[in-house]
Amino acid sequence: MTITGETIDYLAGLSKLRLSPSERESAARELDVIIAYMDRLNELDTADMAPMSHVLPVRNVLRPDEISPSMCRDALLECAPRRDEEAFIVPKTVE
Amino acid sequence: MTFETVVGLEVHLELATKSKIFCACAAEFGGAPNTQCCPVCTGMPGTLPVLNEKVVEFALRAGLALGCDITRHTKFDRKNYFYPDLPKSYQISQLYLPICRNGRLDIQTPAGKKRIRLHEIHMEEDAGKLIHDPLAGFTRADYNRCGVPLIEIVTEPDFRSAEEVVAFLEKLKSTLEYLEVSDCKMQEGSMRADVNLSVRPAGEAAFGARTEMKNMSSFKAISRAVEYEAKRQIEALAAGGGVAQETRRWDESRNRSFAMRAKENTQDYRYLPDPDLPPIDIDDDWYERVKASLPELADVKSARYRKAYGLPAYDADMLSAQKAMAEFFEEAVRLGAPPKATANWIMGDVFRLLKEKGLAAREMALAPDKLARIIALCGGGALNRHKAREVLAAVFDSNADVDAYVSAHGLLQISGEGPIRDAVAKVLAQNEKSVAEYRDGKAKVFGFLMGQVMRDMAGKADPNVIRKILEGALQP
Amino acid sequence: MPDILELSALELGREIRCGEIGVREAVSAVLDAMEKNAQNAYITVLRDRALSRAEAVQREIKGGGLSGPLAGVPAGIKDNLCTGGVKTTCASRMLSEFYPPYSATAVERLEEGGCVCVGKTNMDEFAMGSTGETSFFGMTQNPWNPAHVPGGSSSGSGAAVAAGQAYFALGSDTGGSVRTPAAFCGVTGMKPTYGTVSRYGLIAYASSLDQIGVLAKTAADCAAVFDLIGGRDKRDGTSLDTEAGTFLSGLTGDVRGVRIGIAEECFGAGLDESVRRHVLAAGETLKGLGAALVPLSMPLLRYAVPAYYLIACAEAGSNLSRFDGVKYGFRAENACDIRSLYEESRSRGFGLEVKKRILLGTFALSAGFYDAYYKKAQQVRGAISRAYAAAFSSCDLILAPVFPTTAPKLGEATIDPMQKYLGDIYTVSVNLAGLPGISIPCGFDEAGLPIGAQLIGPPLSDERVLNAAHAYQQATVYHTMRPGKERSAP
Repeated sequence: MTITGETIDYLAGLSKLRLSPSERESAARELDVIIAYMDRLNELDTADMAPMSHVLPVRNVLRPDEISPSMCRDALLECAPRRDEEAFIVPKTVE
Repeated sequence: MTFETVVGLEVHLELATKSKIFCACAAEFGGAPNTQCCPVCTGMPGTLPVLNEKVVEFALRAGLALGCDITRHTKFDRKNYFYPDLPKSYQISQLYLPICRNGRLDIQTPAGKKRIRLHEIHMEEDAGKLIHDPLAGFTRADYNRCGVPLIEIVTEPDFRSAEEVVAFLEKLKSTLEYLEVSDCKMQEGSMRADVNLSVRPAGEAAFGARTEMKNMSSFKAISRAVEYEAKRQIEALAAGGGVAQETRRWDESRNRSFAMRAKENTQDYRYLPDPDLPPIDIDDDWYERVKASLPELADVKSARYRKAYGLPAYDADMLSAQKAMAEFFEEAVRLGAPPKATANWIMGDVFRLLKEKGLAAREMALAPDKLARIIALCGGGALNRHKAREVLAAVFDSNADVDAYVSAHGLLQISGEGPIRDAVAKVLAQNEKSVAEYRDGKAKVFGFLMGQVMRDMAGKADPNVIRKILEGALQP
Repeated sequence: MPDILELSALELGREIRCGEIGVREAVSAVLDAMEKNAQNAYITVLRDRALSRAEAVQREIKGGGLSGPLAGVPAGIKDNLCTGGVKTTCASRMLSEFYPPYSATAVERLEEGGCVCVGKTNMDEFAMGSTGETSFFGMTQNPWNPAHVPGGSSSGSGAAVAAGQAYFALGSDTGGSVRTPAAFCGVTGMKPTYGTVSRYGLIAYASSLDQIGVLAKTAADCAAVFDLIGGRDKRDGTSLDTEAGTFLSGLTGDVRGVRIGIAEECFGAGLDESVRRHVLAAGETLKGLGAALVPLSMPLLRYAVPAYYLIACAEAGSNLSRFDGVKYGFRAENACDIRSLYEESRSRGFGLEVKKRILLGTFALSAGFYDAYYKKAQQVRGAISRAYAAAFSSCDLILAPVFPTTAPKLGEATIDPMQKYLGDIYTVSVNLAGLPGISIPCGFDEAGLPIGAQLIGPPLSDERVLNAAHAYQQATVYHTMRPGKERSAP
């Protein structure tokens, strides 16, 4: 699997990143080296192995259906770069 | 060439829990923007989701009631995409191990009973709301709805008409209301349906290209959308063109659908198991406990009413369609009201009054014992039917004591012959012309004279007694 | 009377409790050190807040309300831990003006125990790095030699403790980020069993690998800190159902009969000779104290680095998606539509290493590659976890190096991307398996740079790990050495 500039463009589009031409080139080069190294994982036959998504056998962590007071709106909106009294503001989002 | 319409649904239902799925903010509808939020549901850095146990229980209830297989080892996955109504830029959902798989819901069609198969049911969190301000040129994000728990029910493409789709949605709504897991109000957004529709030449097995339609806010809109889209696709194919696989937005005011930007259609969501949420193992105890807690559902009730009370299918279905009304009916019967009479009263006056007042059955103030009393008074002759209906209407909103009302308004039916004889004598004396006409053979006049007697008695007389006495008095 | 800054955290705690040293005195000493030796170990110094907190803590100690072993002790907090009302930047432009309205559970518990936060320590941007070189706020200097890196990602925490600018510091460890700076800065650094310390309020890098850890002067100090910050937190679904408070009292210093495994794969090619010699010597010291050394073979360690980077970057890519310029953090001006708001804010808010790791993570999860990369890595993770479990059937602890070399020179480590990542070869497998691991000073190389030895235990054996480290420290003096002071030959 060779990582090209086009691959980087696709990945950057998915992750909403814009790379300069030199960043794009350096990313393609580095990712290519890294992914080639990752291919050594294929030396291991993992056909019958379950993927481990949780490292310790913790299960069924649940909380009761109870309401706690929400954070006050001002404290939340305080962090927002653009806001009005009630809401977070973004550029017009076209449907 | 005739075409067949093939439809599948993705139905999203907000669960009727008190708090959100992953945090303790209130899940209630309608709060002022961003007043039901916390660092967790607004995706602030360093915050973590913790699962609400009621969400799992409600999902299990729905799954068991809909005949699903329960995935005993189930977990959550992250669906990654960017949109301003999604604060974490991923939605916690279930892809790999949804909590319920397979399942079915049977609907009534003109051709008889039809089984709609369910592909899966999974749990996920809702996103926020975007409010567009065209004048100001920006959009506002309200995160109150972020984290409200949803179940998504995906059907197989088993529908063949708009009618079937609506029948399914109505049955689904009634089932979920029965289970009390969702209030299924499309107008409040607690029930939403996306329609996947394709057409194919009748008899062909392969599926055609399908479109996905969103933004229908009522069952009627869904019905119209299905019909519009089927027609649009058939016309396109008949004219030799093709159907583009795309997402379309239904515009209710213009009664048509519009293609959404193509770019949004192909999305690589890069699902990964959510590392912040340990998996759920549903053991036999838990499974059995939820199963045992399921209420008797509409279908079973209906069958029971037919068998136990001899009610016709139509009546039994009507009474059992909504849990609140079924419980009302059962309680009235338990208090001694005859089932058939109770059924008639409910399907007649009670439904009419609810409709007039725009109320749902569960919002009705009237208690079953009041109806039972009215039926008893009427059946025993103390109230004539006309007055009984008047009493029902009068106490419907207040649930006031029936006997108190009846005696306060002097509504008891008069059956005693004495007062009726007096009234009959008075009416005959005041209507000599009519009496003569009747004796001449004009039978219709009898009704008029009965009416006059009833009027004189302020509507309270027992009509059977009036009839008997009047007939006697009119003998030459 | 030794210089106040030379005391360990527990020693200071004792002096404060018996009234020999005032809280304000200790806090001021640390603040002065921070001002004088500008190692750039701190992004934010909390002078006023710390001094006023010192007064409050002193009153509570006097009144008997605070009596724990660390009451009044000044500490540094890595800048990826949210501190309510105090700037929390993750050493990134993306959060350079972020003031969280909530604190991390670990921070709250520290303050409840009477510790005084003196500042937010420097780090690699979003914890992505092993050298400290990617901070938006500039490099932290290694107090032993400013031409060398302090290690990362908890670079400021390591340097601060080494330079007397904190008695201990909280860090985070995803692939070695507590242990590596501890090794390079000659201090003790421990990452506990996954789930021991709540991650609530730790700005996530890789959720299934991150743990909050402690950098301090001694293993006993680490134990005391974990006693405060560990234990079940209902705000973190992955926090274990354990009660904190038993680590310090569990230290006996007795390692007789403890079997210490030595994996040949950890001492083979690629390991600097001086490091190898000193780490193995640490094993001999422990043997001299009654432990037994057991040979091990762990061939799967060969796959640890690729598995780690695929999983870490995949989770990181997802965790960092929330930084979009909408709710908090850096926002590009004049974005004309939502797409350019996202792209401009993220592209200018994140540094290059962060972007590269996001791209790698996105790749590992993307359609068509998920099975071959991410899923494969998760399968390998399971295999490595089982390999450790098998190893621990024949030993109680494993001894390994922390890093193939001592602290590299500044700028040296960044040439070949895979070479850079392979530096983490001894640390990442510990995170993959969720195990506890500690780095303890075990000597110096010819250039006088510190060397760290790593002790690793099975899940929930944190006490055993701390105890072995403690025993070693009772018998050696490496952990007492400070930069700029006289020391005997290595």
